[in-house]
Amino acid sequence: MYAVRQWSVRNSRKLEWLYQCFEGILIALHPFWLWIGYSRIEKPIRAVEKSVKRVMFDCQMCGSCVLSQTGMSCPMNCPKELRNGPCGGVRSDGYCEVDSTMRCVWVDAWEGSQRMRDQTRIARVQPPLAQGQRGRSSWLREVRKKRDQIFFQQDT
Amino acid sequence: MHSVASDPGQALPILEGHVSAGRLERVLRSGKFAVTAEIAPPDAADAGAVYQRASVFDGCVDAINATDGSGANCHMSSVGVCSLLTRKGYAMVMQVSCRDRNRIAIQGDVLGAAAMGVTNILCLTGDGVQAGDQPDAKPVFDFDCISLLQTVTAMRDQGEFLSGRKLTTPPRVFLGAAANPFGPPLDYRPIRLEKKINAGAQFVQTQYCFDLVRLREYMSRVRDMGLTERCYILTGVGPMPSARTAAWIRDNVPGVHIPDAVIKRLLGAENQKEEGVRICVEMIQAVREIEGVHGVHIMAYKQEERVRDIVEESGVLEGRIPWYPGVSNDQQGQQN
Repeated sequence: MYAVRQWSVRNSRKLEWLYQCFEGILIALHPFWLWIGYSRIEKPIRAVEKSVKRVMFDCQMCGSCVLSQTGMSCPMNCPKELRNGPCGGVRSDGYCEVDSTMRCVWVDAWEGSQRMRDQTRIARVQPPLAQGQRGRSSWLREVRKKRDQIFFQQDT
Repeated sequence: MHSVASDPGQALPILEGHVSAGRLERVLRSGKFAVTAEIAPPDAADAGAVYQRASVFDGCVDAINATDGSGANCHMSSVGVCSLLTRKGYAMVMQVSCRDRNRIAIQGDVLGAAAMGVTNILCLTGDGVQAGDQPDAKPVFDFDCISLLQTVTAMRDQGEFLSGRKLTTPPRVFLGAAANPFGPPLDYRPIRLEKKINAGAQFVQTQYCFDLVRLREYMSRVRDMGLTERCYILTGVGPMPSARTAAWIRDNVPGVHIPDAVIKRLLGAENQKEEGVRICVEMIQAVREIEGVHGVHIMAYKQEERVRDIVEESGVLEGRIPWYPGVSNDQQGQQN
């Protein structure tokens, strides 16, 4: 929903905090996920992720979530699906060149990112989207990635 | 023994510290003020039309941009235009838009183009399909301009495809990007430029500049960030044929910002077309004085034949005559 999506950008700082708590819980539950099997929980987690993020961000389930680097404005709502910043066509009022009823998601992203803790994250270069990940859970992917990082740090 | 003129398709040697064999890189690195222009690709399967359209720039530009379905309208492809014009020895800037092709097609085109003698590639996101004559087309956007820059940089410097598979001969290309200093979010625009440079952009060509105040603000931030040391900036300019066209472009072409003062000036002129050319010449002379501007990119859509006058009147080449087919130090006048 467009109005909720706009609210999320305005409250990017709070959502960032909320997600960090939530991610902490997911990571803490790693042994549990491992016991059930990541492949088995993919489906139910994906269903939850999809419905929550659909409402909050108009999430398109790209499977490679970058909301924490884009001020909680989902770049996949850009008609060009740009993941590295606004194109040159943004209208002078900050609206999208393709869909004139929608604010440019990157104008929102810039504002949202400046409310968040690390304001420089929006400057990171994003690789081309892994199209094969579309429809999959980003949450679980992140949890596994972070869990692996922690594991290997302890190891060395 | 072979001179450039006797075999225009033959590559020049790559100078020390250069990434390409191209003349545009040579001009920019030697600190000269560069001039590039945009060729209008024909709606025809006709090589002659391409040669004819390129010849209007002979001796007044350092490189010619071949557009890739600009405005999402279908024309001869940039690969096609470049393959014809590199045969004659023209220095080409091949534009690559992410709108129409996926990563497999684009990386293949980069190799093909470099093999044909294209030495400059401009990485663009591309206009949305809704802007053109075929709005029902599928927008691809598998890359965006930044991930495209990163990919081609890796092809050149690491000698590998995005997948990591090795190339036997990497494409020796000088990499460019577009920039729009005049579109919102204005605060973010310099950061976006930095991002493009980090991804591999070595030169940028900007959107049409009609607002010097905004350009100066942008350039001062870009200088403070040290970006003018890492990248050559060519300001986009162009003559507006009439006040009416200028107003239409302002309202209908995404990303072009034309202040009212410019439109009023055109409206008040006796000969609007000539006034448009004069504004363009003045703009070139003004941007040349801005620290960190290394050249101009002239987009004279449907007025390409005026580019020569504009360049001459502006005096920015300072008597320098860029190479063109038919001219060479030892074989002046001989074609090919």
